[in-house]
Amino acid sequence: MFRITLWIFILVLLGCGEEKSKSTSLSSTEVKPWLITPGKKADREIQRAFLEVKPGQVINIAAGHYEFSRRLTLDIPEVTVRGAGADKTIFSFRKQKVGSEGFLVTQGKFVLESLAIEDTKGDGIKVKGADNVTLRSVRVEWTRGPHEENGGYGIYPVQCQNVLIEKCIAIGASDAGIYVGQSKNIIVRNNQARKNVAGIEIENSRFADVYKNDLTENTGGILVFDLPNLPVMGGGHIRVFQNKVYKNNQKNFAAKGNIVAKVPTGTGMMVMANNQVEIFSNEVFSHQTTNLALVSYMATNKKYDDPSYDPYPEGIFIHDNLFSDGGTDPQGEIGSLLAPLFQKIPDIVWDGMVDPQKMVEGKIPAELGIYLKDNAGATFANFNLLGLLQGSRAIDRDIKKYTGELPSLSAVKLP
Amino acid sequence: MTRLLLFLVGGIFFLAACGSEKDPSESLNSFLEELPYSKLSEYGFFESPLAQQLPKKEVIPYDLNTPLFSDYTHKRRFFRLPVGGKIKYHQKEVFDFPVGSILIKTFSLFDDIRFPEKGERLLETRLLVKGKTGWKAYPYIWNEEQTEALYDSVGDILELSWVHSDGVEKKNSYVVPNTNECKGCHDYSGKLTLIGPKAKHLNQHFQDLEKTNSNQLVLWQKKGILLGLPKPSSLPYLANWNSPNNSLEKRARAYLDVNCAHCHNPKGPANNSGLDLRSEQNNLANIGVFKAPVAAGRGSGGLNYDIVPGKPEESILLYRMKSTNPEIAMPEFGRGLVHEEGVELIRRWIANMPLSGKDSGE
Repeated sequence: MFRITLWIFILVLLGCGEEKSKSTSLSSTEVKPWLITPGKKADREIQRAFLEVKPGQVINIAAGHYEFSRRLTLDIPEVTVRGAGADKTIFSFRKQKVGSEGFLVTQGKFVLESLAIEDTKGDGIKVKGADNVTLRSVRVEWTRGPHEENGGYGIYPVQCQNVLIEKCIAIGASDAGIYVGQSKNIIVRNNQARKNVAGIEIENSRFADVYKNDLTENTGGILVFDLPNLPVMGGGHIRVFQNKVYKNNQKNFAAKGNIVAKVPTGTGMMVMANNQVEIFSNEVFSHQTTNLALVSYMATNKKYDDPSYDPYPEGIFIHDNLFSDGGTDPQGEIGSLLAPLFQKIPDIVWDGMVDPQKMVEGKIPAELGIYLKDNAGATFANFNLLGLLQGSRAIDRDIKKYTGELPSLSAVKLP
Repeated sequence: MTRLLLFLVGGIFFLAACGSEKDPSESLNSFLEELPYSKLSEYGFFESPLAQQLPKKEVIPYDLNTPLFSDYTHKRRFFRLPVGGKIKYHQKEVFDFPVGSILIKTFSLFDDIRFPEKGERLLETRLLVKGKTGWKAYPYIWNEEQTEALYDSVGDILELSWVHSDGVEKKNSYVVPNTNECKGCHDYSGKLTLIGPKAKHLNQHFQDLEKTNSNQLVLWQKKGILLGLPKPSSLPYLANWNSPNNSLEKRARAYLDVNCAHCHNPKGPANNSGLDLRSEQNNLANIGVFKAPVAAGRGSGGLNYDIVPGKPEESILLYRMKSTNPEIAMPEFGRGLVHEEGVELIRRWIANMPLSGKDSGE
């Protein structure tokens, strides 16, 4: 009888234990390394891997050419997708029928490295709403070169935080090669972007370090914008430094209506409506419209209806840059506005728009001003857009009035 | 006897030891853990043969006032609740379904869409299953023989042809979504959610299998599966996009709500665009009037604003509805063909839209 009781006891223990052991086996799933090699159904295998991968796993994709007819999606966190090199593992979307981007990722702790995404119908890689995103040694390219039917963005994190983009290459985007939008805590470094409309664009984002990038043959090299009617506005605290930005004279091939269609061909850098931007130690040269433009949203001549939006660039500090050889052949709407005013467009132009509501005793508070320092003989003009629109030319070329400094911004730190 | 007693005592002990961890709906849990089944027939939703899609008693067919356009396919909708399960009514949000609920949607294409009785091809059946941690999507693809639908998480592209409303043969590369793409639309703040089962979509007359003709929600209430239904006069109502009984404004806003607002809402996947096309949004800038595009890329079509009142041909919204280019077309997923009738509705709506005191164009 005692034996039977014991037996029941054991049964009870087993009965309970079974569930426990099941749950432990679930949590300690063995990390199976994924390796996908080229083949007829490799496109389905890759998508299947993206659906079945477990958090923490790595998906390796061997060297080779992979063709896709529909976009790839990944919605599992903590996944690394690794190719054999940006010139070795090639994802081609030349025959894409479905999907507005090549690869869509919607979870964080995501790493993509060492592969290429080519000829997507829309954007190259889009990462939306994710925390902790690394894109390293990824090439996104439209292989026919600049074309108005190329996809918009090459590398495209949006509404993300803690974003690292490094050693990437973006070529041929009809909007921005590398675009970070509505995000915060961002590092964009050691990348190359060429033959895009915008090389790098940081839009409606806060806390970004953009440095040591190489930008040439785009319409505009680096854009730092803040736009209205978006869920995330108030872009600021952006540092742009040690970049080489040169000969970005690609004819603008963006679709009209997009904000980048307003960027004049031959723009080195452009800051629009962003606050707290520090631009330093860059080398910027040979741009036919201008090396650096600071403008309000009004310069786009576009309507907006958004009382919470601040259209003015404020707290801008530009120092220790090397500007040369710009402004010889201004282009676009802004270019044609400037052309009659100057023989040669200065290296740095500002539209002079300030927020009348922020004036204190007729002046903009010091921390909201535009300051220049030690830019090795760079030329400057406030071209006074408001005056121009009212039919007067009150251009201010007195660089001394704008010489000064703001406290340096702190560096972005990623976790 | 003593043995039996002991056994009983032991049994009680067993219950006491594990009872706190055991769910009363143990069988439901084990059912949910087995999913997805590899075959649709394994769920037992339908009488045989499966292709007739005749629901068993516990499987309830339903309909929506305005459906999403899905490349001219025909859709059958059903749900099955767990035993004893009840739906909770909400005035604005999607209804609250109990754990274990399954929503079933079968897509088919008529051989000749003018004459449905001539025959059809079943394409796919999508299941949404409410598990303990939320909804999950399981796509099933019908075989050539039309005897079974098989689970495939990766989806597929089906090459289809049929006789269209103009009597001419039409072709389409029809896309069966993968499980992530299901979430592409069924996404609310990053969680998989339902789209259709809201009061405003379900509030309509419906004839059920017993030929009872009544308001669909009242029928559910009478079946005892819907809790908290207010009196019918206070139910919200979204127009049938295709019914001449509704105003142009109501039909257009219903169409945009169903076809666009699952993404274009403040918590949806397209919230980064700032465009909100829910029928309850009354701010004109938010629905796109003189709103400049953001991140639209080629999608802007060289146009400046989403909607220019009175000028449908200058409105990005219409331009994107008229395109089938993957980079331009909206909705960006699930539509490979232009919905001519929907385009015409929105074109008329924009053409008739008052300028609202703002100057037009740049």
